[in-house]
Amino acid sequence: MNLTTRLPGLTLKNPVMPASGCFGFGKEYSQFYDLSELGAIIVKAATGEARYGNPTPRVAETSSGMLNAIGLQNPGVEKIIEEELPFLRSYDTPVIANVAGSTVEEYVKVTETLNRSEDIAAIELNISCPNVKEGGVQFGTDPSLAKEVTYQVKEASDYPVYVKLSPNVSNIVEMAKAVADAGADGLSMINTLTGMQINLKQRKPIIANKTGGLSGPAIKPIAIRMIYEVRQALDIPIIGMGGIITAEDALEFLLAGANAVAVGTANFQNPLACPEIINDLPSVLKQYGFDSVEDVIGKGHV
Amino acid sequence: MITKQLLTIKSHMQIAEDTFEVVLHSPLAKELKPGQFVHIALANHMLRRPVSVAGVDTESETFTIIFKIFGAGTRELSKFQAGDSLDVILPCGSYYPVDQLEIDHALIVGGGIGVPPLYYLAKTLKEKGIKVTSVLGFQSKEQIFYEEKFQALGNTYIATNDGSYGKKGFVTDIINELNPAFDYFFSCGPTPMLKAVSGQLDGHKGYISLEERMGCGVGTCYACVVPLKEDPKKSKKICKDGPVFSANEVILT
Repeated sequence: MNLTTRLPGLTLKNPVMPASGCFGFGKEYSQFYDLSELGAIIVKAATGEARYGNPTPRVAETSSGMLNAIGLQNPGVEKIIEEELPFLRSYDTPVIANVAGSTVEEYVKVTETLNRSEDIAAIELNISCPNVKEGGVQFGTDPSLAKEVTYQVKEASDYPVYVKLSPNVSNIVEMAKAVADAGADGLSMINTLTGMQINLKQRKPIIANKTGGLSGPAIKPIAIRMIYEVRQALDIPIIGMGGIITAEDALEFLLAGANAVAVGTANFQNPLACPEIINDLPSVLKQYGFDSVEDVIGKGHV
Repeated sequence: MITKQLLTIKSHMQIAEDTFEVVLHSPLAKELKPGQFVHIALANHMLRRPVSVAGVDTESETFTIIFKIFGAGTRELSKFQAGDSLDVILPCGSYYPVDQLEIDHALIVGGGIGVPPLYYLAKTLKEKGIKVTSVLGFQSKEQIFYEEKFQALGNTYIATNDGSYGKKGFVTDIINELNPAFDYFFSCGPTPMLKAVSGQLDGHKGYISLEERMGCGVGTCYACVVPLKEDPKKSKKICKDGPVFSANEVILT
């Protein structure tokens, strides 16, 4: 079974990669399996300077999912390049860096700094983090801001740029078109949906940030719908994500129009989620009558 | 080496109000050190539940965990039976560095569901010939467990919030009265208790163990961080760098 899938700057041996923020920089999960099994790895977001993130509690479990408000904690792009990315060199897997910021200038600075690294194959532009006060999701919910930051980052980047879209919008196709017009090489969708959970005994939101991003199987139908809508409107390559747990889920994303898929929350429940999905994918594709991954992409459209 | 295993439950029983003791079989049991935890998957829950290790029996390759029902996850965990299997990640987190410390007399201070890891610690210390004094706090008489087991290791004093058993009040009240001689203290319990104990025993050498809502439990998601005293803009991960920290290492909030 041919699991290869091709996206700008990325020829992947299989379409499955861990999603940004759910895999750190790979070290921890490398204790559980050989990271070379992965189609790619999207590492945790990088900002211009180190960020502490939000107060704790930062996570809460929900029905079929979880809320998180980590707040982009990271050691800053320089340290990520020097201290985190070299570890992944020994694996035969392309690395996608995730770029975040509060201002267009910060996004551009992080992007330019990443040009110095030879350890990455592409960048994912994070304009959809719902958990930081400045930047993040404001760029992902206003088409003109999204277009501007995408244009500037694309100009600055030596690597292909995948723009990670927020689902916290009423018209996802408008957002996709805006960033595609600005030159995005691909899309990554969807990020988390803003949510809240209140502790009954304490009578206050469980998460210290009050709101958090909802992820996990709870958001999968929304992700499928949004990818389907964008695929109807545009030919742009898509890395699909949002609640993938099984190889059947991955197949559903491919049918909706994703060219590859990312697995996020499932890693927390099962550290072996990615290799298990990769392992199961050939038989699942065969079971549903497909000979290769590239055969499936977009075939769910009627 | 951290790994994910399907483990068989050897015994599962209630030992106090809402409090359960579970013995699991694993060839890795002997790797588990005092202070470490295991991360347990539950079929109907997205996130695993971290539960600290209360004891290890190397001969039978088993270890013991103790948990209290706090929500839907721990309620589900309370319904398992001997013979059932649990999906467990182990060993997780840091441990009390007992082999590196020169101790003659350890003071153990535990509160509620912070008591179980301290039992494994106290037992390990005792086996090394170290004198152990234990001060344990519970909400009420119905919630007390392991009192005799601690008594067998050394002098043990109990406080209950409602006064239904032992001293009415907090562990800090007992420490005030006893003014015990010790060279290291080891504490685990709710954060307000850890704050009070750390303040009371300020200047003494010791270790504390923290709990927090966790995501991955292995150090990737940055959900369970705690700020450092030397630089509050820096943090450590409770699941990976902790749960055991030096008494003055982190800021308790």
